[in-house]
Amino acid sequence: MRVQIERLPAPVWLRSLIPFISIFLTFLLTVGLVLAADANPLAATYYFLLDPLSSRVRLIEVLVKATPLLLTGTAVAFAFAGGYWNIGAEGQLYMGATAATAVGLQMHGQPAWIAVPLVIVAGFAAGLLWAVVPALMKVRLKIDEVVTTLLLNYVAIYFVSALLNGPWRDPISQWPQSPDIAPSAIFPKLIPRSRLHLGFLVALGVVFILWFVLTRTTFGVKMRAVGLNSAAARFSGIGVERTTFIVALVSGGIAGLAGASEVAGIHYHLIDAISPGYGYTGIIIATLGALNAVGVALAAIFIGLIDTGAQTVSRALGVPAYLGDVIQATLLLVTLAVLLLQRYRVTIRRRQPT
Amino acid sequence: MNQAPPVVAMRDITKRFGDVVANKAVDFTLREREIHALLGENGAGKTTLMRILYGLYQEDAGQIWVRGEPVAIRSPRDAIALGIGMVTQHFALVPPMTVTENVILGTTDGLRLNLKAAHQKVAAAAERFGLSINPRALVEDLSVGEQQRVEILKALYRHAEVLILDEPTAVLVPQEVEQLFDSLRRLQEQGLSVVFITHKLHEVMAITNRVTVLRDGRVAGTVITRETDQAELARMMVGRATFNIPERENGHQVAERALVLEEVTALNNDGQPALKRVSLTVRAGEVLGLAGVSGNGQAELAEVLSGTRAVHRGRVLVHGRDVTNANPDAIMAAGVGRIPEDGRANVVSEMTVAQNIALEHLGDFTRRGQLDRRQMRAYAQKLIDEYQIKARPDDAIRTLSGGNLQKVILARVLARHPRVLVVSQPSRGLDVGATSYVRRRLLEQTDQGAGVLLISEDLDEVLALSDRIAVIYEGEIMGVLKPAEATVEQLGLLMAGVQA
Repeated sequence: MRVQIERLPAPVWLRSLIPFISIFLTFLLTVGLVLAADANPLAATYYFLLDPLSSRVRLIEVLVKATPLLLTGTAVAFAFAGGYWNIGAEGQLYMGATAATAVGLQMHGQPAWIAVPLVIVAGFAAGLLWAVVPALMKVRLKIDEVVTTLLLNYVAIYFVSALLNGPWRDPISQWPQSPDIAPSAIFPKLIPRSRLHLGFLVALGVVFILWFVLTRTTFGVKMRAVGLNSAAARFSGIGVERTTFIVALVSGGIAGLAGASEVAGIHYHLIDAISPGYGYTGIIIATLGALNAVGVALAAIFIGLIDTGAQTVSRALGVPAYLGDVIQATLLLVTLAVLLLQRYRVTIRRRQPT
Repeated sequence: MNQAPPVVAMRDITKRFGDVVANKAVDFTLREREIHALLGENGAGKTTLMRILYGLYQEDAGQIWVRGEPVAIRSPRDAIALGIGMVTQHFALVPPMTVTENVILGTTDGLRLNLKAAHQKVAAAAERFGLSINPRALVEDLSVGEQQRVEILKALYRHAEVLILDEPTAVLVPQEVEQLFDSLRRLQEQGLSVVFITHKLHEVMAITNRVTVLRDGRVAGTVITRETDQAELARMMVGRATFNIPERENGHQVAERALVLEEVTALNNDGQPALKRVSLTVRAGEVLGLAGVSGNGQAELAEVLSGTRAVHRGRVLVHGRDVTNANPDAIMAAGVGRIPEDGRANVVSEMTVAQNIALEHLGDFTRRGQLDRRQMRAYAQKLIDEYQIKARPDDAIRTLSGGNLQKVILARVLARHPRVLVVSQPSRGLDVGATSYVRRRLLEQTDQGAGVLLISEDLDEVLALSDRIAVIYEGEIMGVLKPAEATVEQLGLLMAGVQA
């Protein structure tokens, strides 16, 4: 017997079945746990995947959840496509949120058409600036950006914590949260009486720009060449360091936008837990989405969906909230595995007599 | 010496890789207590033969005897059990571990490891074999020569009686070479038999007892070292009785100097000098061939002229314009076209043919920052037609065969009418048809007035295409000859570092 593994992409019909295969495998893997929690596995699957799609309100909530993920996913995909392993979207998001809050607090008396764009610019700029140091270390000193961007996340998170427990502590409630930003700086709602806000449109715009840059511009070809084979890019006369630097900064800026969007669109003030790891989830989304814009958009909405589902499932079935987390994580892992494995074909044949 | 019984005998060994025959009916005998050189040009089949003996490859035909017994060596484990050890150019050491840990790795049984006893055992072995080395030192702190000693010690510790050394001096500085030779002589006295793979003639003369010369996968002869000389060995190694040189019309001999290198010194990746005061001139309309055994600075020279390696000292001029340490963009702007040694490494394999063709001058396909994809594809299609490339503009370049890939790279460069061409190994790995196509295209360039620097390890290619031949050895130019005046002996000696 001989087992042969070849790299061969699956046919289109099989690829379109990937979500269903993943869901089925996840069901098999988690059915024991759900039963142990005294719940009906079929009902759990329903609440997880279908209930969020069952009403307009829930559907909108999926898009609200997807908004920061679209931004961090795009930020990471942009960096990865250019061969820059930005693990720092989380910290860049926190800095973007901080700057957006700082600007938003100063906007009392300003009209919305001034306040809102300024908040957006502040978020972008702060994320970008937070990315400058690791980017410089990378291109000038060849210091691995994976380590530096990751470590700066903790710096950013603790910086925000220090702000909220110090100068920005809410003077009235004494909670570790900033005062609310000016009403004019709050992102307008896209749909009345819902939580869907301007940030979603910004995110869609950024996804579109990602698509446009990667596929339609000269810079996109250059950054992809750098990402895929930097030696060949250098040989071809592309400024590898310059390209990497720009990619790193823009990626940071986009992640900063996610922070601004969460502050001005959802919370209206800065809190410690402004992000439950959106920056890291962005890495999953970028990978799941194969670093292209359409893939990132689908992956962000998919994760927004199971995020929403994870909340409903525990509430509706009275099972511990952790069970939702377990199913969500299993589904993610299985989807990643299936996406990876579908690129290979395994054939088993008897050994030929020699 | 000649009466010593053979410890290893290989008979009629044949090995094929696809269509390429690496060893053809090779006979090789290693006697007890001899140092036996395996000499030949690149690709002559030396390493393949020894990898078969060490169990890394399996022979397609032939038989091996060790100490008179017919054996089947299916893996290095079998070879080690038979007392055969091999030290390759790439050491198999674990840098953060100590010498002792590296030496005993894989030889210990059970769970418990008595490191103190192991240190003593390794120190005793080092002493006995005369290999001075501190068993407690970390391998990563050792010099290359010392690491090589650890590799040898590793083999001897596993009771090797036959030691294969694959170009052991390639990584050593001269003093380390002397130390290695001293160690080998001492080990020989203790009963070790050594196979010494090399292409350097003076080393053969200095250390070995017998020499087997391989040429194109066949044995060109086995001789006793003190009954031969470097000239005879060079002749056996290169092997051509006469060069069949097509007389080329050349009216450009007094033409302008297209490419000038003035005393160029450059360092390799380890910071050692790879080019030592290299001075060369390529005139417009001529082909200057650079011959030499691989690893003598050719790759670094090509990189210097591609803008991807820094010049330490000296100057590079293209038609009088100083491009020393210019980046690839500026070098191309000065009119240099570069055809790299390894095409696959210098294209972006996940991108399309059209994108790779445009990659060196994306600016020509840009309108206000946007990529004119239609123009880019049309340009690629034009070159595909003109150069008879079997591909479509939107094919991923990794799907192309070697010949078609080389044509793409050729088209990308030649379509921009370079005034200087720097070409490395243009026909390596190509079939006969593609080879002659590529060579014809290169010669066409000289008719249009380009100066061509042809860097090649294929002596036939250098002789067939060049107006003049420079020979490089250990980063130095040994001499510049006209092909019609060059003899095999002369070239062979120069390539082996012997000043004619």
